[in-house]
Amino acid sequence: MQYKSQAVAMPYFIAAIGLFVGQIIFGLIMGLQYVVGDFLFPEIPFNVARMVHTNLLIVWLLFGFMGSAYYLVPEETETELFSPKLGLAMFWIFLVAGAATILGYLLVPYSTLASMTGNDILATMGREFLEQPLLTKIGIVVVALAFLFNITMTILKGRKTVISIVLLMGLWGLAIFFLFSFYNPVNLVRDKFYWWWVVHLWVEGVWELIMAALLAFVLIKVTGVDREVIEKWLYVIITLALVTGIIGTGHHYFWIGTPEYWQWWGSIFSALEPIPFFAMTVFAFNMVNRRRREHPNKAAVLWALGTGVMAFLGAGVWGFLHTLAPVNYYTHGSQITAAHGHMAFYGAYVMVVLTVISYAMPILRGRAANGTKSQVVEMWAFWLMTISMVFITLFLTAAGILQVWLQRVSDAPMSFMATQDQLTLFYWMREWAGVVFFIGLLTYLASFFVKGEAKDVKA
Amino acid sequence: METSTAPLPARTAPAPVAGPRLAGDLAIWFFILAELLAFGVFFAAYAFTRANHIELFNAEQAALNRNAGALNTVLLLTASYFVVRAVQAAEREAARPCANWLLGAILTGFGFIVVKLGEYAAAFEHNISLSSSPFHMFYLSLTFFHFMHVILGLVILVAMWNGARQGRYRPGDMNGLETGAAYWHMVDLVWLILFPLVYVIH
Repeated sequence: MQYKSQAVAMPYFIAAIGLFVGQIIFGLIMGLQYVVGDFLFPEIPFNVARMVHTNLLIVWLLFGFMGSAYYLVPEETETELFSPKLGLAMFWIFLVAGAATILGYLLVPYSTLASMTGNDILATMGREFLEQPLLTKIGIVVVALAFLFNITMTILKGRKTVISIVLLMGLWGLAIFFLFSFYNPVNLVRDKFYWWWVVHLWVEGVWELIMAALLAFVLIKVTGVDREVIEKWLYVIITLALVTGIIGTGHHYFWIGTPEYWQWWGSIFSALEPIPFFAMTVFAFNMVNRRRREHPNKAAVLWALGTGVMAFLGAGVWGFLHTLAPVNYYTHGSQITAAHGHMAFYGAYVMVVLTVISYAMPILRGRAANGTKSQVVEMWAFWLMTISMVFITLFLTAAGILQVWLQRVSDAPMSFMATQDQLTLFYWMREWAGVVFFIGLLTYLASFFVKGEAKDVKA
Repeated sequence: METSTAPLPARTAPAPVAGPRLAGDLAIWFFILAELLAFGVFFAAYAFTRANHIELFNAEQAALNRNAGALNTVLLLTASYFVVRAVQAAEREAARPCANWLLGAILTGFGFIVVKLGEYAAAFEHNISLSSSPFHMFYLSLTFFHFMHVILGLVILVAMWNGARQGRYRPGDMNGLETGAAYWHMVDLVWLILFPLVYVIH
């Protein structure tokens, strides 16, 4: 660790991993509820399990991004964090607010939670992924502003690199677009229209900047390739991401009551969204092939390469599958969407956060890299989680194709629930793949506790 | 690819590059290819939609201001010619003429913007919108996306004009100028396909 204040990242990473475990447990619960409908009912109804599963994902990724920023920015700017104390204080506020929100979801009926937390003053609840009570949303804004203040001040006083500027743009974008979660028009079309400004412009816009910057940082560290080369790639990737992703929002506007031209705009621009992800894969492999040093942390290199490939497959290929309006006319909101969502989130954002953790955590614990034994366990975790995620995606895709056929294409279309009954086999297989994923995650946790000779070669 | 075993001639720095050389930064070429792909997909979508509505497309195309389109073609081609002259001037280490040629390109490019805005004003007066017909959707989308590229191109030209006035571009240090020039020619190239496709061919 080159700068003392980088240690602020550590609690963020630990919380991220802890919440990740929670997310997967709730994923398993709702995966089972797909086939055993009354499992844990009425204690944890399906809608609550789903809310906890998706909200935990977002919250732990935010912890991961913030931790990554606290680790990366001092090193990039060559100066200590503006205020490590503020960083730690925000950590606790965010953790407590996040935990209280999840407990609220689990312990009180959602409508009671809404009336307890001032939803009648400003109604923001009840929208997918943005279910958080008003108080939590305000808390997120406060934490995000304090975090951005801290990071921005650090960058202002230190060396300005392309990586830190791109990261900062992404983080500011994240905060700014979240503000649309407070805008909840009565008109349902407008409601959905701006809802996507948070959801889409996050994951297919500004988060891509964060992802590219984090990946570039780790690649510089583990390959020793010239910063100039990596920065050039970074420029190309973020330009492509924004050019395709911003108007690509249109692929959510096909059937919600918006004008027809969105079918063209959305189809054409979002069809090109795989390009930046493809560029990221080529970038990662290219840099590793041109490496000028053998970094002792092989696990981090594996995660970095995996991020490129899985993001391209999950976000790029699986997104393209159903992004064209004539295809989406049939597949909209089916299990195809769920398949894409799983692999894209895992491949792009879960893996990039785990890449940073894999690289930074050993250094935060006082060594350049973990011992061979620990790294082998971590790589086992990589393969278990990644392969089981491929299977989750494939099973959901199969379920989706069958669903679309039975419910929407065949001569005698079936009802939604009758169709669901026909998909049971695939839901069972998805659940078992989920169990393997969970084993992979436990293996990942175990890798932190494997004793062995640490590698102290100067990174 | 040097397979010959004959002794190489003695070189003096800067070494002349053998074979064709990529003008401008490699990154801009990736970007240009992605841009051309985006426009290409849009052109293909136009062609397929037109095939289903030939009479509508022909009728509404005839109502477009072809003279304005032709004038804009001349303006963009002229701007591109000026940019070429600017690059040539920089290669001769003539910083002042380089800046002047770029200024000429900026003015002609700005002329394109003025003509286009006039065209849009007339279109909106006739209640032409993205939703008024499939042809209008393509006409407005394609020309507007291109219009935005002209604006970005102008921003780049202004930055280059600034650089040229400071004498930043000279033989061996042409990367910035050539990169911007390549982008501007792409903007021009797209219009050379867009204009006949949308305004003329029927």
